Amino acid sequence: MSSIEVIDLVKSFGPLTAVDHVSFQVEDGEVFGFLGPNGAGKTTTINVLCTLMRPTAGRARVAGYDVASQRNAVRQSIGLVFQDPSLDDQLTAYENLQFHAHVYNVPGRERAQRIEEVLRVVGLWDRRDAVVRTFSGGMKRRLEIARGILHHPRVLFLDEPTLGLDPQTREHVWEYILEVQRAHHITIFMTTHYMDEAEHCDRIAIIDQGKIVALDTPDALKRMVGVDIVTVQTEDSEQAAREIQERFGLEPQRDDTRLRLEVEAGAEFIPRLVRELGVAIRSVDLHRPTLDDVFLKLTGRAIREGEADPLALMRLHGRLWRGGRR
Amino acid sequence: MTTAYAPTAGLPMRSWQAAARANAGGVYIIWYRDVLRYWRDRVRLISSLGQPLLFLVVFGSGLTASLGAGLTKELGDVSYVRFLFPGIVAMAVLFTAIFSAISIVWDREFGFLREVLVAPISRAAVVLGKALGGSTVAMFQGAILLILAPILGVSLNPLLVLELLVLMFLTAFALTSMGILIAARLQSMEAFQMIMNFLIMPMFFLSGAFFPLRGLPAWMSVVTRLDPVAYGVDPMRRLLLGADLAPGIKIASHHLGTVEDGLILAAFAAVMMVLAVWAFEAQE
Repeated sequence: MSSIEVIDLVKSFGPLTAVDHVSFQVEDGEVFGFLGPNGAGKTTTINVLCTLMRPTAGRARVAGYDVASQRNAVRQSIGLVFQDPSLDDQLTAYENLQFHAHVYNVPGRERAQRIEEVLRVVGLWDRRDAVVRTFSGGMKRRLEIARGILHHPRVLFLDEPTLGLDPQTREHVWEYILEVQRAHHITIFMTTHYMDEAEHCDRIAIIDQGKIVALDTPDALKRMVGVDIVTVQTEDSEQAAREIQERFGLEPQRDDTRLRLEVEAGAEFIPRLVRELGVAIRSVDLHRPTLDDVFLKLTGRAIREGEADPLALMRLHGRLWRGGRR
Repeated sequence: MTTAYAPTAGLPMRSWQAAARANAGGVYIIWYRDVLRYWRDRVRLISSLGQPLLFLVVFGSGLTASLGAGLTKELGDVSYVRFLFPGIVAMAVLFTAIFSAISIVWDREFGFLREVLVAPISRAAVVLGKALGGSTVAMFQGAILLILAPILGVSLNPLLVLELLVLMFLTAFALTSMGILIAARLQSMEAFQMIMNFLIMPMFFLSGAFFPLRGLPAWMSVVTRLDPVAYGVDPMRRLLLGADLAPGIKIASHHLGTVEDGLILAAFAAVMMVLAVWAFEAQE
């Protein structure tokens, strides 16, 4: 069964079409990513799917409910981690979760226990009574993830879940997300413009100017742009080249003391090479096309990884210096 | 032991009873959050008492000194400070109520509003919870000022306090609802400054807090009758200082009684609530 079903979805703001006839399906338990530059329509799609915006045309179902006509049922079935923090930073971590438990109608007898569980999952149980204002960016994000799963949603939406976090914290946050996903078999729908983040997905839709330009597994997408490059260094290049030609039907290119091979699936090829080659191997190197290459090929532009949306950055800074004034 | 992860439990809102329970939980926790934040923010609690006290002492004493004779003619043997007292209580209620409602704009700016708006509860529950929260806090703020009553020679009794609390709550409820309606449409704190200058301050000045609403120029009498705060100030003054000073707002030669004032406040609140819910539903 599909967790998310989108058919010919359109969302326009006046003359601007942010989401332009988009269709896709996300299966139960899948980690599905929307990858694209800022302004591609990623957040708008999430906003429609989580009922914060009404679609202009087309249909979308989340957890089996229509996002336009069964809004409350959709809302009960989804968890959200927004791009910008959405915590009450004057309340404690525990109080934020208590608030969530009430507005999501978590049964009274389960509330305390569930709050403890999710806080332990994200490693914040010890900080439960600290006011959120004192939390670091990574801790806030973890708390939001905990909150997102508190009411046991079937689908968790993550909109740029690690925007503005340093690489180490990003890695940490992802560990938590995947742990939660595996433990509860939740469907995850995420947007990102970080390439390495997209690698966590089972399938990726590449979106540009409101349209899906490609949709597949990360590996399949990368195969679209070309083959993997395996570079081998052996004791005897001449002999090795001959053997490779005979055994694997490949045309090795001599590059100084190295042999450069173009293969379909480099990761699977290397063990075979090591096992079957009669010549002693000194080193093997694999270069695989990145999702950046894929995006470049499909749109003619680079995503420019790491460059945050200027507006989001401004909001972030605004929050920082206003923080003390609140 | 861990709770079973049951994504389908309580899903969807099958009956209206289940929906009502969810909404009641929403109203409660939104109310609770406002009260909790008020209680925790001692600085705000104390600083927001400073302003009414300043008005009472400086304005009251200053005007009594310079306009003594004229005031005595108008107010009889009631000192101006005493006359001002109910108005100052109303002022505390007015400003606390408006600020509580306007905190929605902060919530929007800081993102928390999205957590509320994407929750599976109705907009009516959100608005009602917020209105009740703001009203509770504002009523409490007004009630603290009653401590001054003995100093000003105004005697209180439990029934009187109860009546005052009801009036303060109704006034606060009407004003918080109005504030929520404004906040639903307000995109920035800068715009709030405008609202403050051109709506809230005039509402305060025209409410009868400072001067009796009698013998005013015709245009001003009309405006004072449109001011919801006036329907809070007048009955509070009547309860605290007697009917001589507050004979009731006159509409078509009829002097409104305390119950009628309360009904007007309630009706105003109801209209504002409906509009506020509508305003929240209209926005995406």
